[in-house]
Amino acid sequence: MFALELPYWQLTIIKTVIVLSIIPAGAVILGYVFLLKMMAHMQSRMGPMEPGGFHGWFQLIGDGIKFIQKEDIIPAQADRRVFALAPLVVLISTFLLYVVVPAGPRLVVQDLDVGIFYALAVSSLGVIGVLMAGWASANKYALLGSLRAAGQLIAYELPLVLAVVGVVIQANTMSLQGIVHAQADGAIFGISWIGNPFILTQIVGFGVFLAAAQAELTQTPFDMPVAESELVAGFMTEYSGFRFLFFFMAEFGTAFALSAIAATLYFGGWYQPFFETGILADILGPVVLGIKVMLIAFLIFWIRFTFPRFREDQLQAFAWKFLIPISLVNIMATAVFKVVL
Amino acid sequence: MAVADQQRISYIASQAADVRLNVELQTEEMTLNLGPQHPATHGTLRIIARLDGEQVVKADVVCGYMHRGYEKLVEVRTYPQINTLINRIDWLSSFANEVPFILAAEQLMEVEAPPRAQWIRTLFFELSRIANITLFIGEMGVQLGAITPVFFAFRDREYVLNLIEEATGGRFHPNFDRIGGIKDDLPKGWISETKDAMRRIRGYCDQLEDLLMGSEIFEARTRGVGVIPADVGLSYGLSGANIRASGVDWDLRRDAPSPLAWKELDWKVWTHPDGDSFARYWVRLQETREATLMVDQLLDGLPSGPIQAKVPRIIKVPAGEAWAHTENPLGEMGYYVVSQGGLGPFRVKIRSASFHNISIVPWLLKGVYVPDIITILASLYFILGDIDR
Repeated sequence: MFALELPYWQLTIIKTVIVLSIIPAGAVILGYVFLLKMMAHMQSRMGPMEPGGFHGWFQLIGDGIKFIQKEDIIPAQADRRVFALAPLVVLISTFLLYVVVPAGPRLVVQDLDVGIFYALAVSSLGVIGVLMAGWASANKYALLGSLRAAGQLIAYELPLVLAVVGVVIQANTMSLQGIVHAQADGAIFGISWIGNPFILTQIVGFGVFLAAAQAELTQTPFDMPVAESELVAGFMTEYSGFRFLFFFMAEFGTAFALSAIAATLYFGGWYQPFFETGILADILGPVVLGIKVMLIAFLIFWIRFTFPRFREDQLQAFAWKFLIPISLVNIMATAVFKVVL
Repeated sequence: MAVADQQRISYIASQAADVRLNVELQTEEMTLNLGPQHPATHGTLRIIARLDGEQVVKADVVCGYMHRGYEKLVEVRTYPQINTLINRIDWLSSFANEVPFILAAEQLMEVEAPPRAQWIRTLFFELSRIANITLFIGEMGVQLGAITPVFFAFRDREYVLNLIEEATGGRFHPNFDRIGGIKDDLPKGWISETKDAMRRIRGYCDQLEDLLMGSEIFEARTRGVGVIPADVGLSYGLSGANIRASGVDWDLRRDAPSPLAWKELDWKVWTHPDGDSFARYWVRLQETREATLMVDQLLDGLPSGPIQAKVPRIIKVPAGEAWAHTENPLGEMGYYVVSQGGLGPFRVKIRSASFHNISIVPWLLKGVYVPDIITILASLYFILGDIDR
């Protein structure tokens, strides 16, 4: 990092601190901008304006403090150890996602050769935590919610992977850093100034990725696992206090991470056309990536606040009869163009 | 007929659920207790559903958690006091609760309110219909998972509530109707304000038609869900938009003799042939729009004159029996008043719409999935106070 020759253990500590601080920061930023401000504007009501002075920026931090103070209730019938562990499992899968997302030419915790494969694999770890939460709660609503989450995962992991395959074919690599470089080095009709963001060729793949990510995040219209009008709060029904905050943070943290991955895959990630290497690229990289993340997260939350939710069987039909065929066609088309051109 | 086909399919599905339960696999049934504390029943309705997976095998409705004994309470109150009490039956359209009771009392006393009072009554009746059903139109979105429409509903409903407050003094419970007339005349400037608000409500209806009803997901969630054939609906005593959505052209505002001003207006009774949840939503949306147009007509044609007929200071109702019913926002609401000549009635039977409307729920829920329970309950649209009285 920054070409500093640090011992292994120091680098590890720095990386851990960075990852540990990015997730709460990302979750708070998304929660503040989209949950408190954008949603309030869309629904023509006031978001919190008082705490902290400027537009109520302190509200979410205050909420966090409130959650920490609350009593940690574990139901009498619950499986105590599993119940306590479940939010951590969900949060860990979010933490692991950040490991491979590059924010600059050298700003990446670990640039794995199988980066995107790894990211998709760990993103589905969270559902184990959800199943644990639902089963251990000893609550029928929680059980139904967690089973729905499991069914949803099976249906939506496939389109997510298939959508990414198109990008991987085009970029010739699975490393996220490599995908960014492939986009930076590309050219559109001979114009190479802004590179070749894969959104131009993979727009179908991007649509499928976004829909599947929406389901992965259990956001409306795919929020059946938490469907508050049917299942009270789904798998989170019995959670309170800090454990509930973990779920909340994991939800927004994963939204941030998946937006970052989508930005990397389809919008060129940290790449900006002025500096490709050097210290300035490392400084501008996170800013550029942050802007792209906010744009994609805006799409995700815009959809969330607009649509009603699907029914469970309709969701499965949508995944198997629409998303998967369309992404298979997308892969075929991409492969054909790759060979022909 | 499409209705008969859909009904047959849902019947087959329910039979299949039974068969699968008993023969095919020995899966264990689960009892899911929806309510009395549950976010979807907006009140204290309890539904005991036997589930096979997520499919309902059998569902029972338990109501009465909010029973307040109004039929008993009115026996020890005078007529003006009862007026305050029955405001609380269907709390979203309080004024509409007062009208049929006052009409029944007027029948017994053989007084009739002057025309201006009747028009203003009709005006507030339709305003409370708008105040009630705009909330349903948004609330349906919440039940289906879209949280935005309900905030639009609260935003625009506020204008109607402000109007009611301006003229009557009460936002929720106006207590405005009197035997032989109404309490006050309209305040200055109220008519133009009301016209603005009606324009706003029509804009809200258009918005919801685009945002919620036009959404494919909404159609997928509501079309063919909870189909009520006309004959079944009639046999369960359904009324209001629930039965009009099954294609029965029956509206008491037009079909029952009433001293109120509906017969002098130019309006239309909306019906839908399908009888499913989508049809019920559609009919209510059209009715809200129609009600705003009716309010506009009422404001334009408001006759001049007194607002109160001559009645004695202390109201004593002569002995006798009377029945009056009106087309309330939730359906048919009626009061059967038995008087023995005292200051208060001897016995009052309250026929509220929601109690009869939810009686079809066990029949409807057979064989549906858990999310459809919520859709069906939301589309039947009940107010807990109206069920339990």
